[in-house]
Amino acid sequence: MLLAPSDVDAIVLTAKLASVVTFLLLLIGTPLAWWLARTSSIFKTPVSALVTLPLILPPTVLGFYLLIAMGPEGPLGQLTTALGIGLLPFTFSGLVIASVLYSLPFVVQPIQNAMEAIGERPLEVAKTLGAGAWDRFFTIVLPLSRRGIITATVLGFAHTVGEFGVVLMIGGNIPAETQVLSVQIYDHVESLQYGQAHWLSALMLAFSFIVLMTMMLFNRKGLALGR
Amino acid sequence: MDANIRVRIKHTLGHFTLDVDLNLPASGIIAITGPSGSGKTTLLRCIAGLEQAQGDDNCISFADQIWLQGSKQSIKTEQRPLAYVFQESSLLPHLTVAENIDYAAKRSRRRNCEPLGAQARAHIIKLLDITALLAQSPEQLSGGERQRVALARALIANPQVLLLDEPLSALDMERKQEILPYLEEVGKVFSGPILYVSHAMDEIARLADHLVILQAGRVLDEGPLASTLMRVHKPIIWGDDVMSVLQGQVALRDEDFYLTRIDVDGSPFWLRGLDKSLATEQRIQVLARDISVAVAEPGPSSIVNCIVCDLESIFPPERGEVLLRLRLPRSEQRLLASITAKSLQQLALIEGQTLWAQIKSVALLK
Repeated sequence: MLLAPSDVDAIVLTAKLASVVTFLLLLIGTPLAWWLARTSSIFKTPVSALVTLPLILPPTVLGFYLLIAMGPEGPLGQLTTALGIGLLPFTFSGLVIASVLYSLPFVVQPIQNAMEAIGERPLEVAKTLGAGAWDRFFTIVLPLSRRGIITATVLGFAHTVGEFGVVLMIGGNIPAETQVLSVQIYDHVESLQYGQAHWLSALMLAFSFIVLMTMMLFNRKGLALGR
Repeated sequence: MDANIRVRIKHTLGHFTLDVDLNLPASGIIAITGPSGSGKTTLLRCIAGLEQAQGDDNCISFADQIWLQGSKQSIKTEQRPLAYVFQESSLLPHLTVAENIDYAAKRSRRRNCEPLGAQARAHIIKLLDITALLAQSPEQLSGGERQRVALARALIANPQVLLLDEPLSALDMERKQEILPYLEEVGKVFSGPILYVSHAMDEIARLADHLVILQAGRVLDEGPLASTLMRVHKPIIWGDDVMSVLQGQVALRDEDFYLTRIDVDGSPFWLRGLDKSLATEQRIQVLARDISVAVAEPGPSSIVNCIVCDLESIFPPERGEVLLRLRLPRSEQRLLASITAKSLQQLALIEGQTLWAQIKSVALLK
């Protein structure tokens, strides 16, 4: 195999980061999407815009502000220092926080769309059958937005695997700590190790292609079944 | 125990205000009707709690349970012991028929409805004839089948009040005729009140025991079916289908002529067919336009039904048409007849005189 040990480290780290981030994204994104799908609060639009912001913001901008916020002078940094966690930039945890923010729209939007498509009727039906609010959320809302949630999981995971700018700003380039695949490829190119770069790039290309194709096939099959 | 439904609601939705004060019977089928936009469905949704009626005077109670009292107290829909069948798409799309039914059954105890035993469940599934559908998913069913499943699910939840919101309106005529007998069965097996929203007079005449007529958010009239129909709110509700509903008993079956005689407090009504057994209670329907009246006993005629009655009252003419209210002898039951204003003048009819009502056709209701 032509992968160096540091390449393997980067792959493992990337997979670990994407898994943790996807898990957290679903945990945060699902209730957030539900709130956005249902609320008529005046905060809906600003919150919605805030969540969508990373879609158009250059990753360096997001990374820069996060770096400041998590630094020794920033509010987050002071909080984590006071809690005895220390500073987050250039740590795995810092990367996780940044990635969650960066990939949030990719998770919230598909789930929110699916939840809005459910409509009022199934929820009213469940009410008249004796299901309370939590019951309805778990037995009606989640199963009926299943497709949106699966799409969100795939997109959240893939987008985290593919990020570069935010990681570089927040995490830097510490082997086995913050050196993820995309950064590793950048390093290889910088040091003119094109062979290594080729391998890793091809791997990423294949991964992304397979993910997208699987998702599209899944969605088409889902459509054919009418759900 | 007095298990009436008390509803006092003043509820504004945009330009529309629902303003009702009703005390509904504790059992039987209570039809709620009226033109579209009269607030039928809104009333039902308020009773179910799907619509929150705002206002301090609002009050909804069933038996000794207070479901809504002003803004202070409101029991959530899921805690009210009711079941609701929607106009369409009542079934949860991600569950099979059997799972839909289980969904209701599992949650019935939470609102003090005793869960049904396996035997009672099996009986209802058989009653609505859905055994073959249990493993299917709602999207595989026809409209009529879906409504049957929704009815079965509602009964299996074992509610104390059953709310039906135009359950047949999304079906074509044929399907409707197919479901009506099932609804009759539901009416027989369910002991609590059934609130039945509908604008179809044929359904109401056949099913209802009690009638509430709404117009522009207010109660226009309300009471037992037959007597409420007699009070005639014609143009509002029935258009050309002004009708009387009479209650009688099967008195004779004439097998030679294939006729059945139904006696309504002693007055005989003949109709074709032999499928009813003797001495059973029977509801019949007579359309006002199928009755003509004569001031003297008519000579021989091909019309089989000729009933002597008193002209109780004459309604004001409307576009050349006059409705007469006729009282059957020795009876509190009434017939409505429709004649032209010209006939009224030519016959010089006056209230209190005796008339012979010739009836062209009588229909069995249930």
